[in-house]
Amino acid sequence: MQSLPALSLLATGGGSHEVMLKLAGVDYLILGLYFVFVIAIGWVLRKYLKTSTDFFESGRSLPAWVCALGFIGANLGAQEVIGMAASGAKYGIATSHFYWVGAIPAMVFVGVFMMPFYYGSKARSVPEYLKLRFDEKTRAFNALSFAVMTVFSSGISMHALALLLNSILHVDYNLCIAVSSLIVLIYIVTGGLTSAIYNEVLQFFLIVLGLLPLVLLGLKDIGGWSGLMKQLQGYSTAQGFPGAWSHSWAYLGSAKSNPMGIEWFGLVMGLGFVLSFGYWCTDFLVIQRAMAAKDMGAARRTPLLAAIPKMLFPALVILPGMIAVGLYQKGAGFQLPSAADGTPNYNMVVPAMLSQYFPNGMLGIGLTALMASFMSGMAGNVTAFNTVFTYDLYQGHLYKSASDAHLVLVGRITTVVGLLISVACAYAARQYNNIMDMLQLVFGFVNAPLFAIFLLGMFWRRATGHGAFFGLLLGTLSAMLFHGLTLPVGETVGIKGGWLTAHWFFSSSMAQNFWMAIFAFVGCFAGTIIISLATSPNKTDDQLRGLVYSLTEKIRDHGTRWYARPAILGFVVLAGAVVLNIIFW
Amino acid sequence: MHLDVRIPMGLLFLLLGIILVIYGFTSGQAIYDQHSLGQNVNLTWGAIFALFGAAMLLLSRRKKSG
Repeated sequence: MQSLPALSLLATGGGSHEVMLKLAGVDYLILGLYFVFVIAIGWVLRKYLKTSTDFFESGRSLPAWVCALGFIGANLGAQEVIGMAASGAKYGIATSHFYWVGAIPAMVFVGVFMMPFYYGSKARSVPEYLKLRFDEKTRAFNALSFAVMTVFSSGISMHALALLLNSILHVDYNLCIAVSSLIVLIYIVTGGLTSAIYNEVLQFFLIVLGLLPLVLLGLKDIGGWSGLMKQLQGYSTAQGFPGAWSHSWAYLGSAKSNPMGIEWFGLVMGLGFVLSFGYWCTDFLVIQRAMAAKDMGAARRTPLLAAIPKMLFPALVILPGMIAVGLYQKGAGFQLPSAADGTPNYNMVVPAMLSQYFPNGMLGIGLTALMASFMSGMAGNVTAFNTVFTYDLYQGHLYKSASDAHLVLVGRITTVVGLLISVACAYAARQYNNIMDMLQLVFGFVNAPLFAIFLLGMFWRRATGHGAFFGLLLGTLSAMLFHGLTLPVGETVGIKGGWLTAHWFFSSSMAQNFWMAIFAFVGCFAGTIIISLATSPNKTDDQLRGLVYSLTEKIRDHGTRWYARPAILGFVVLAGAVVLNIIFW
Repeated sequence: MHLDVRIPMGLLFLLLGIILVIYGFTSGQAIYDQHSLGQNVNLTWGAIFALFGAAMLLLSRRKKSG
């Protein structure tokens, strides 16, 4: 859910129970076919790429369902498939909070309330919206931090993929880096954003059709849903948190009664509001997909349509983790993958399940689906990077009067350069784990307060450029201060916090993170309001038309069929999420 | 854009499905007993993949003529 893959994803490989996949010719054939298609799509799209709008924005011509699947596909990187299964093993069904609380409400909000401003403002990127609404320095701050973060994130994905393949297939690390980056390079340079989105759609169906058999087989093996619940009850009791693996809310009254170490308020406000809205409503990686839609209605429907499969994904990605610990509890001979020192290596749960249940043939499909998710993550980051760099940094600051063809060229070159930087980041991550942790932390500080200025910018006319910029800085500072004053229980002072003085303690890193987000948001929100009121507005009402709620014509959906209207669709999606929360209470 | 995503996607899934089905027919039962609880998942899911691919191709055709 965070735009950066969690570094805990990086398996240290090898260990007392290694997971190894044995591939046959058919598996390589399947994988090879996938690569051929991925490159061919880019190649075919090449001749349709005429303008910069085509390259960076897909010509603003895609149907809602394609954008919706791209929206999720871009989000569905390495961390989702592998990481969520790992969390499913570590925490049980409470992992669903990352979906039903930590994604759906924000997706509905951005579709119903925010897309009119993103799409209607003719901004070509999120930073560009900030320039139109606020000022250049706010845009530059966002563009720079986003650009760095996104290329870094691509590098981490590359590294995680290479580590994984090296571990389960003993493929050479450098070969993985070279091949994955080359393939992504070819299909983005040739086909632009459309190529990335089409491949995200492909990846989505590969994941669904590839993981569904795994879940069905696993459930059958463990004795169906009731069998799973029975084993999880036993497992959770053995772990000291009876019942916690099979209930998502029941044990959130106190941070001490669940393995996540979080209580409901921190979860709802920190994850559900600040972090979730911060990502789904402002991260250009996903917003770019919605902005590629063919009209306003399609743009608004994109996140809403995307929310539907998003709601159902826990069944695909979290269940395998829960089934794995259930099988282990059952003692059916299933071994939980472990690291060299014997501690469980949850990130290997999906490969372990694939190795257990998939014969050659389907194994090739499962592996291809995994690789597709990593590579889509990389490609998504690269397209977001080349757009922000070309429009916001290059055209915005370096060469304002660049011709259209020139911009496309810059976009292509930036893709190459961006991937090279990603490769450098991958090797850096391999070498210097600590620096990567540091960078991840810094990005956390910068991202946490972000949503506040969008909220105020879109719904409060009086918000000014100075207010937004300094509010952001204040929010970032709040996050840093909070981090310096708090520490998760059992951690040493340093990168985990407490470096000013460990004054308050949290049951887990996750809890600390959620509460840091709350403080950062409040700091930025209050700061932006106060500073805006203390400075004069830097835009006239005319300039703000289409960018702020009170100065924008309300959209009339009269021509649309009732079930396609954003408000109705949003309501149905939210209701669905509420029902799911109740079922798995 | 002028290339309907359903065409390459449909084609890929159709081909993948055919590969799986063929493999499902020619591989012995042993691998299924060892892994997938005795079920020939290659055959079953190969068919599903192929059907999905075909459906995507058909849908893209209809849109064109429509």
